[in-house]
Amino acid sequence: MKSKAASAPYLVWMVLFIVVPVLLVAYFAFTDSSGAFTLENIARVGQYSNVFLRSIWLGALSTVICLVLGYPVAYLISKSSLKRQSVLLMLIMLPMWMNFLLRTYAWMTLLEDSGLINSFLSLLGLPPFHMINTQGAVVLGMVYDYIPFMVLPLYTVLSKIDRAVVEAAQDLGANGRRVFLRVTFPLSMPGMISGVTMVFVPSVSTFIISKMLGGGANLMIGDLIEMQFLGSAYNPNLGSAISLVLMVLILICMGIMNEFDSGENEGGGMMI
Amino acid sequence: MKKAVSRVYLALIYLFLYAPILLLVVFSFNDTDTKSRTVWSGFSLRWYEMLFQDRMLLQALTNTLIIAVSAAIGATLLGTLAAIGISSMKSWRKKVVMNITNLPMLNPEIVTGVSLMLLLVFLANLFGVQLGIGSVILAHITFCLPYVILSVLPKLRQMDPNLYEAAQDLGCTPLRSFFKVVLPEILPGVITGMVMSFTLSLDDFIISYFCSGTTQTLPVFIYSMTKKRVSPEINALSTILFAVILVLLLLINVRTGKVGGRKGKEAQEF
Amino acid sequence: MRKAWKAAALAALVFLSSAAVPAAHAEDGEESAPLTGETIYVYNWGEYMADGRDGSLDINTEFTRRTGIQVEYSTFDTNESLYAKLVSGGASYDVIIPSDYMISKMIHEDMLEKLDFSNIPNFQYIDEAYRNLSYDPTNEYSVPYTWGLVGIFYNKQYVTDPVDSWDILWNEKYAGKILMFDNPRDAFGIAQKRLGFSFNSTDEDEWIQAAVLLKEQEPLLQAYVMDQIFNKMESGEAWLAPYYAGDAAILVESNENIGFAIPTEQGTNFFVDAMCIPKGCRNKSGAEAYINFLCEPEIAAANMEYIGYSTPETAAKELLPEEITSNPIYYPPEEIIENSEVFVDLPEETALQLDALWAEVKMGGPGDAVTLIVTLAAFLALYLAIVVYKKVKRRREQ
Repeated sequence: MKSKAASAPYLVWMVLFIVVPVLLVAYFAFTDSSGAFTLENIARVGQYSNVFLRSIWLGALSTVICLVLGYPVAYLISKSSLKRQSVLLMLIMLPMWMNFLLRTYAWMTLLEDSGLINSFLSLLGLPPFHMINTQGAVVLGMVYDYIPFMVLPLYTVLSKIDRAVVEAAQDLGANGRRVFLRVTFPLSMPGMISGVTMVFVPSVSTFIISKMLGGGANLMIGDLIEMQFLGSAYNPNLGSAISLVLMVLILICMGIMNEFDSGENEGGGMMI
Repeated sequence: MKKAVSRVYLALIYLFLYAPILLLVVFSFNDTDTKSRTVWSGFSLRWYEMLFQDRMLLQALTNTLIIAVSAAIGATLLGTLAAIGISSMKSWRKKVVMNITNLPMLNPEIVTGVSLMLLLVFLANLFGVQLGIGSVILAHITFCLPYVILSVLPKLRQMDPNLYEAAQDLGCTPLRSFFKVVLPEILPGVITGMVMSFTLSLDDFIISYFCSGTTQTLPVFIYSMTKKRVSPEINALSTILFAVILVLLLLINVRTGKVGGRKGKEAQEF
Repeated sequence: MRKAWKAAALAALVFLSSAAVPAAHAEDGEESAPLTGETIYVYNWGEYMADGRDGSLDINTEFTRRTGIQVEYSTFDTNESLYAKLVSGGASYDVIIPSDYMISKMIHEDMLEKLDFSNIPNFQYIDEAYRNLSYDPTNEYSVPYTWGLVGIFYNKQYVTDPVDSWDILWNEKYAGKILMFDNPRDAFGIAQKRLGFSFNSTDEDEWIQAAVLLKEQEPLLQAYVMDQIFNKMESGEAWLAPYYAGDAAILVESNENIGFAIPTEQGTNFFVDAMCIPKGCRNKSGAEAYINFLCEPEIAAANMEYIGYSTPETAAKELLPEEITSNPIYYPPEEIIENSEVFVDLPEETALQLDALWAEVKMGGPGDAVTLIVTLAAFLALYLAIVVYKKVKRRREQ
């Protein structure tokens, strides 16, 4: 049948716009500005180990906070009546549709020393609390921007758990806590995995949030890459090398997440 | 008691999500200059007025819409064809193609942006053209394609493969049987993919930032606004965008509420 | 995938935005010169051209009104990002306004077009003192736009010490309230002047000393910023910030507590920003018309009155109000200018060193390859461990 030919234009597109760009990044990473092969760029990435460690640490921290805050939300939504579910869910998704630059900007106004939170504190006669331009502010920004990505997959999985399974556990004498720990929690694993991936990947590689809320001193991998391509230290070869290392890091993390996911249990729909 | 705790918890989370947005909305009506952004000094619509006089902003909005419409159409056409082809592939080839297709979704956006920029600059030099709306459209089609393919593929899988052949047996040309038989079956998936592409393109900042050349899209424009002396115009812009989204969602919600929640649920599958 | 969540419901946006489009067309109806269909792309510093705000003249609209050529105007925030945008091939502009040292770098790298001065008759108004400057000794590539000095903005309410030297930016008393330039040349320049070095030193050691000084300063800083300084100073969020003198027009006038001082003894940076046409421009004659237009004394005066920087044209200066031209912030006395230094393009080696040192300052110290390799290896090991563990487990179960 002819239908296989239908994908021909896409295959060309795929090679040109997905495969070739990745190869280009690799090519730039291993050449110098004159095009000669070199390992120097890759070696220079080592200089930035601080930035990598900071990004991984902040990314992991925001992911954990998103999980801790988001899990109960997803759980509570999945437990409420159907009609309320859709409203509550919509309210979780609504902020995502606002441009994330605008949302992050809003936090700037809130967190500043002369911002709303501190004005409020001083109204109450409390001493001001310095928040903006700290790593804490960056984590807050990431949690705020990415928490819906944690809640939604968790909700999808939790709402699909067969009530019969839960009831069976109850009939067999398990109390509420036990049902949650032995049944609900393990069954929600796939949702957790995709939530964690969906929050971790963008937090590790963000480049605006750290700029806006971190004051330019809490440099992250994304900022570093942007600096090499369109920022104050033009060097696309080094930038490509950093991108390549970041890609490897992310792929390893995804591999780990996938291992957690498969095989442990069959319940629950797998998210993309 | 337990119920009260969970209610309070949910309320706090929603407060966390909405407080900053509310703040933007309130201060967009503030009649003040930049120096006291956090002091209320009377109601005014002047920032809205200024916003609508901003020629560059309106230009950016137009660019964004042109790009989003083209990217959605391009990605949908290419992606639907691709899905049809992929669904009839043998397993190992299918696996390879699907893995590559997923790459732009798994990669950090900044890496996708940077790699596309390298390619587009190379192509632009080759053909002696400039980066601009065209290059942004190409980039957007690229990152929208996986979403189209992934929303069309399940529909193809659900379809009875005999239908297509039956139509041909009954004397339809392949093209005709595609339009008469296959397309109606997969249409919901195609539409979902198109809508997704449109909204993704509309909201994208990182990839446009790297691929846009001299062209400004709305998110790129917003970014340059946050780098300057920030004027409350930005609050007004946020408010308008938020209001529009809110109204649209309410409309959709009311409509799907009447037709039955099925469609909404389906969209959430992704 | 994460995006998909968003997209799923978002679709609706379409309708709304399309409703907004007609409004866009309704807006422009007052053009008087017929549009030629030509467009020029202008790339300028942020907050660096009168745009109609606060009753100023909208320069770009006025240009379109007179010539029928439309202006696509966008802004950058550092010379370095302008350079990156041009070299990366990501964009081409018709008119750019870089600073002195960047202009000489671009001339050396053959990135600028020679100007056709017969199309720019208004060049005659540029004062002799601003022609043939060291960055463009034969004056073939650039037409001066503004000039100025770097100084310190401070909030008189909170800063009680006299502001007369760069040292105050290292004063622990003001920790958390100090802002710093977010570009390497300006930031290092301040440290260099504090140490008594030249901006244009090629001595590796001097740059390292400056970097050490900047690293010392980092914990005291609120943020590295460029134009965000306006908001932060105006609202009292920050108290001390080195920036360009011209911006006093906006800053000092919007908040009477803000003062400005130039550390005369240590010396400061004298800069000239000039209009150039980059190679690969699409409309050279339009670009030259634009440069010529900006040099017209009335236009230049209206522009300078709003942006506050100093004009290189005496004819324009005469049109400005007395209170500006007699203000030493904008037109400082000769001896201050004499004790200032100009940035010169750095040789390749020094430039590379500067980039590396700057990244080091911003990330708080140098890293090392070993840590990075260990981290990656640890992740990889974790991955392999899980894979192996699962395989063993499965085998045992069988």
